[in-house]
Amino acid sequence: MSGSPALSYFVRRLSQAVLVMFVVVLGNFLLIQLAPGDLVDVLGGTTDLSPEQALALRQRYGLDQPLWMQFLHYAGNLLHFDLGFSPRQGAPVVNVLLERLPTTLALVFLSLFLSVAIGTAVGVLAARRAGTLADFGLSLVVLLFYATPSFIIALLLILGFSVYLPWLPSAGLSTPGMDLEGFAKLSDIGRHFILPVIALSTFYTAIYGRLSRAAMLEVLSQDFIRTARAKGVPERGLLWRHALRNALMPIVTMAGLQVSSLLGGAVLIETVFGLPGIGRTAFDAVMERDTNMLLGVLFMSSLGVVCVNLLVDLLYRLVDPRVELA
Amino acid sequence: MRRKLKTLLQHPSGFVGFVLLAAILIMAASAGTLYPEGPWPMDGTPTLWPGEEPAYLLGTDAMGRDLLAGLLYGARVSLAIGLAATAVALLVGVTVGAFAGYHGGLIDDALMRFTDAMQTIPSFLFAVVIVGVLTPSLLTIICSIALVSWPTVARLVRAEFLRLRSMDFVLACRTMGMSDVRIIFRQILPNCVAPIIVASSVLVATAIIIEASLSFLGLGDPNAMSWGTMIGAARPSLRTAWYMTLVPAAAVVATVLALNLIGDALNDAFNPRRRER
Repeated sequence: MSGSPALSYFVRRLSQAVLVMFVVVLGNFLLIQLAPGDLVDVLGGTTDLSPEQALALRQRYGLDQPLWMQFLHYAGNLLHFDLGFSPRQGAPVVNVLLERLPTTLALVFLSLFLSVAIGTAVGVLAARRAGTLADFGLSLVVLLFYATPSFIIALLLILGFSVYLPWLPSAGLSTPGMDLEGFAKLSDIGRHFILPVIALSTFYTAIYGRLSRAAMLEVLSQDFIRTARAKGVPERGLLWRHALRNALMPIVTMAGLQVSSLLGGAVLIETVFGLPGIGRTAFDAVMERDTNMLLGVLFMSSLGVVCVNLLVDLLYRLVDPRVELA
Repeated sequence: MRRKLKTLLQHPSGFVGFVLLAAILIMAASAGTLYPEGPWPMDGTPTLWPGEEPAYLLGTDAMGRDLLAGLLYGARVSLAIGLAATAVALLVGVTVGAFAGYHGGLIDDALMRFTDAMQTIPSFLFAVVIVGVLTPSLLTIICSIALVSWPTVARLVRAEFLRLRSMDFVLACRTMGMSDVRIIFRQILPNCVAPIIVASSVLVATAIIIEASLSFLGLGDPNAMSWGTMIGAARPSLRTAWYMTLVPAAAVVATVLALNLIGDALNDAFNPRRRER
């Protein structure tokens, strides 16, 4: 394959990604406009505003402008990454989000890594022993995890490893009142991440377990496996090299889709564990009708997922060269 | 058809799934008869443990509401929302995915850009925003779940169609002059029934999980007693009265488990190649 079709393919995907972002921004904006009442009504809820004060506030935040002007203004600001000002937080949205993003990124990618690694391993092992007691046991555990929502796992983990066995902290990002430095600080934060990461990843571990087991069984029934076996390829190489590579396709697809889903799950996990990430921020923003903040969270998360989708498209080509560059 | 049903019931996990689901259906059906006053009356002693008083088999919550009544009414909410949301999502997803995958080119581009855009927004976050913005009700919850669920179906169906459309049998159909719609629905679609069936079992389960998660966060229909609402209400007492969390949580897990088991059994019944193993 020469370089130019791949390049033009990538350019095309990139322009599509920009288009997707436009649709996302427009959709988000319209949805927020459907909310009953505006920001000033919310601010007025805590302090009693006179009509003049309310008008002044509306003018200050540009709420007296026609809708399309508000949208153009918003979209224009986004181009230089100005996500607006959050009156609730008393700070620019982008500052608040950037400050909280690392927590969410750590949570999401640690969970993704953990679930792909463990899930695929479990799936391959179960497929290899298909029909045996070990396969049955593994599949049973996977089924149970698959059926348990992350927030229930989170509550059970807190109950088990924070209340009855007081081993791990169940709230926040660091132990309050401890002035830690360097490695001690890092390990303290790490301890606070253990339960949230496990809670967020179990469901996805189960997904990869099921998916890779099914994909492996499908691949293992194909002729080229029989041929390889007949040629005398050792069973282990057959499993991990020949079969797994062909079973990777659905796993890669799933991993790409999962980042978006994990970001959604972070809303629940961060709320349960009191982690100051953007998922928690989104939840607070809905509750407080903090429009700018909510649009900001949706924009940032969507941007992240667009980037991951691009990567997955490229990964497809690496995993399965038969896929056409459509 | 009868043979399919027999296969399903002989399938061990299918049998367990059907028994579990039947139990949950009976729970949902008996809610009105057993508790005509609904799940809301706070007439019990608060924080009764299960078995502590025979009148409240599963105990009461912190406000003295009967947990068993909540459990039965919650079964109705979960099943209704799960089925309704999945029906809508399947209808949209299969149609979009089939046409996009089969036609390719501009149609594919337009449909998949839209699908991409919908899927780019993290689904649960999106559902939280929709329900939060449009105020929580059964309708907004069903719509939000369907809206975040259909892209998964569309992508899955499209991928299958992309794989199948360049196969010889499709080429043969085209050479015979068969219409596109007929090729899509009569020739290609039956070849991807198995993944769609597995996906829809996942979809109902996911819908129930999303509903429980939304109401756990306080975004459930305020007029419907939901398992998620019960878990959310029990959170402050998690450390002292964990049964309040465990009872509705077990119901959620059992329902989702039942649907998954049935999905597996369906998959095996429709895909005999896999059953032989």
